[in-house]
Amino acid sequence: MGMTLAEKILAAHAGKDKVVPGELINSKLDAVLANDITAPVAIKEFAKIGVEKVFDKDRVILVPDHFTPNKDIQSAEQSKMVREFARKQELTQYFEVGRMGIEHVLLHEQGLVLPGDVIIGADSHTCTYGALGAFATGVGSTDLAAGMALGETWFKVPESMKFVYNGELSKWVGGKDLILYTIGDIGVDGALYRAMEFTGEAIRNLSMDGRFSMSNMAIEAGGKCGLIEADEKTIAYVESRAKRPYKVYQSDADAQYVEVREYDVSKIELQVAFPHLPENTRGVSEAGHVQIDQVIIGSCTNGRIEDLRIAAEILQGKTVHPYVRTIVIPGSQQVWLQAVKEGLMEIFINANVAVSTPTCGPCLGGHMGILAAGERAVATTNRNFVGRMGHPESEVYLAGPAVAAASAITGRIVGPEGVL
Amino acid sequence: MRFEGKVWKFGKDIDTDLIIPARYLNTSDPAELAKHCMEDADKEFVNKISGGDIIVADKNFGCGSSREHAPIAIKAAGISCVVAKSFARIFYRNSINIGLPIFESPEAAEAIQEGDTLVVDANTGVIKNLTRGEEYVAAPFPEFMQNLIAKGGLINYVREKVKDNA
Repeated sequence: MGMTLAEKILAAHAGKDKVVPGELINSKLDAVLANDITAPVAIKEFAKIGVEKVFDKDRVILVPDHFTPNKDIQSAEQSKMVREFARKQELTQYFEVGRMGIEHVLLHEQGLVLPGDVIIGADSHTCTYGALGAFATGVGSTDLAAGMALGETWFKVPESMKFVYNGELSKWVGGKDLILYTIGDIGVDGALYRAMEFTGEAIRNLSMDGRFSMSNMAIEAGGKCGLIEADEKTIAYVESRAKRPYKVYQSDADAQYVEVREYDVSKIELQVAFPHLPENTRGVSEAGHVQIDQVIIGSCTNGRIEDLRIAAEILQGKTVHPYVRTIVIPGSQQVWLQAVKEGLMEIFINANVAVSTPTCGPCLGGHMGILAAGERAVATTNRNFVGRMGHPESEVYLAGPAVAAASAITGRIVGPEGVL
Repeated sequence: MRFEGKVWKFGKDIDTDLIIPARYLNTSDPAELAKHCMEDADKEFVNKISGGDIIVADKNFGCGSSREHAPIAIKAAGISCVVAKSFARIFYRNSINIGLPIFESPEAAEAIQEGDTLVVDANTGVIKNLTRGEEYVAAPFPEFMQNLIAKGGLINYVREKVKDNA
């Protein structure tokens, strides 16, 4: 019996020929990651372990991105603690404001995570790197502290669940829509404890940016990771970025999956997840009349250059609705710069859109676009939980950049057909 | 270990933003976090509970973020343990790591009602409902995790491991 992609990567990192679901293993870690919210707790726990140095100063990655540039004194204190730890440990991969990006836009852009890697991050959206064919999963701060000390962690080998996407995507429909549709299908715990594996013609045709959006939201279905086999697109993406060797793994033809689901993507339209769970999805044509107060285009889900290009294409020559605050947040300095070079920033400014420096900010109700009671936002972010973007009586509607940009123009939830 | 307390019941998919909203994550001080435990699910929660009380919830408790602040807030608020139909993966690991006892039992989560008084035996996983005269059994932890719990959490386990390697 063969192994799935997840099993192969874990077996290789546990020094075993074979692993089976349910087995507890010790896995070597290629990188560990934390941010300004989770690192402070991890640093305190690390101090209790009794080692002076982290396992590898080049593989402990710290990215203050949640409440940065710091929103208040307490956040500044948290960032300071992370900064001082990075200096003391002589970490080579600490990303200060001005160099940083949203962690899950930054790491693959910088070539710090690669196909075949095992990565843990004290951030649930660490699963994003599954799009490179890496086993990447979120953990808490204490697990991260142990990972920083040992360069290894324990895992229960997950069962794998396969999703096959056939057919051709309709105009504007992208990775975000596929993953929202999938979460709508299986529910927010539909892949609980499992490795999700995304395959099929539509995935092969999807851009890397689209793939990152998909893997990013595996956690929103409860998944431990969201894997996509590395192919020629992946290799083209990592070749110029990688500074160390990597290995491409593929699932065996006779690998065992606990469940297989197939979708015809030509039948999937632009998706919107209604409050207050990502599983409350429907096609944008069935959104009804939902008036909005704010639009956020950014985050680790949709803050990449392709997302900004889509938004700009729709906003070009138009202005956003006068009652809709529209905020674009490029996911990294590189994305920002690229958007400038391509003239996207000019389109946004002329459309009365505010553009922010990279930050997680509003996605988790931190800063840079907090909602008041009764307000509604369309956001290209990943969670629409109660109070996620501000007041507990505010509402977040999740969508991809096309719906977000179109909705910003009309002031209610629509697809691009409604504005072009 | 044995926990006795009154039940506060919650529904399915209680996410980490409900357990501790991100607007309070500019600190990791357990006492500060405890003040806002479950705030967006029940504004009065921390004023209503007494030390040792028990949270009982439906499926997928603790879904969402990896913030360890969530189990820390629950523990620091004085909740003795959480019983649920199922737990989200990261919350499950975090709870074990920081020493918040959790028990997975669909049967218990179904039958127990708000205000019931429970006695939970952490060693056997037996949950006694004193109010209803019923008894349920939670799934036992795998041996490796029992070992982690017995050592007092992950950090103690790692500390020993580091010593052995030295």
